[in-house]
Amino acid sequence: MSTHTHDHDHDHDHTTFQPDIKDPSQEWEFLEIALRELLIEKQILSAREIADEMEAWERKSPEAGARVVARAWCDDGFRQRLLADANSAVAELGVEIESVELIAVENTADLHHMVVCTLCSCYPRGLLGVPPLWYKSFEYRSRAVREPRAVLAEFGTELADSVEVRVLDSTADCRHLVIPARPAGTEGLSEDALAALVGRDSLIGTALARAPHGEA
Amino acid sequence: MSRFAVGQRVRVAEAQPPGHVRTPQFLRGRDGVVLRHFGAFPNPERLAYGMDGRPALDLYQVLFTMDEVWAGEGAYAPRDTVTADIYESWLEAI
Repeated sequence: MSTHTHDHDHDHDHTTFQPDIKDPSQEWEFLEIALRELLIEKQILSAREIADEMEAWERKSPEAGARVVARAWCDDGFRQRLLADANSAVAELGVEIESVELIAVENTADLHHMVVCTLCSCYPRGLLGVPPLWYKSFEYRSRAVREPRAVLAEFGTELADSVEVRVLDSTADCRHLVIPARPAGTEGLSEDALAALVGRDSLIGTALARAPHGEA
Repeated sequence: MSRFAVGQRVRVAEAQPPGHVRTPQFLRGRDGVVLRHFGAFPNPERLAYGMDGRPALDLYQVLFTMDEVWAGEGAYAPRDTVTADIYESWLEAI
């Protein structure tokens, strides 16, 4: 469809409605292409295997993390196991996390955790899937550790000064998962209904779990 | 036997070695408290160069007050803290 009817003077191009993927220009982009082509050429991986792996990563989603949190809210034994050994606990729900140590921490009335990786973009991908773009931005990575309250406010999260905001910088082999505090007024809810209150940002700690319908 | 105990005060080395290191710049030279001992992991400073990462290093979660790190130059509240996961080779007891 063409909705472009204005007639002011300009020379920008209206033949496309959205930008296509840009041509590679960065060193790392050429490196990735060269590496991928070599792996295929030397028959170490096939193009299909690489594409399948990308699809598999894109299928992972924060819903798995939400299910883990809802289970922890409902089942204190599971909660204890999650805090003691998160890799084994999430395996109970069918999520296998290899090669990194998953560490679960609980938010409470006095302590709010929020996760960042200042060095790169470490994220519990095995559980939550591909991180949001902002998580990998220089802005989030540099500001989260220096002005966490300002960053939280931009996510709509305002906490009293009496709450300790503890920023977890994932600098090494551990991936941190935040268990948000269970919202008030959720006593009768099913595990599925509870999981629906747990958004991705609450698992990173930039937000709280949502209040149930009809609650402030 | 790990070198540091939970609750022990430690200082991060103020070193500037070349190459791939996993200790953030903003915490070098800062004092903190050991919050958790994660166990031993392959040394990333060797893994990054194709070596096997042995000997493995003990990895600790170290807690810093925001004031220790930023001395008031930031948007945080007095009780706020930051942690990082730091290998034993970067830590000394104080």
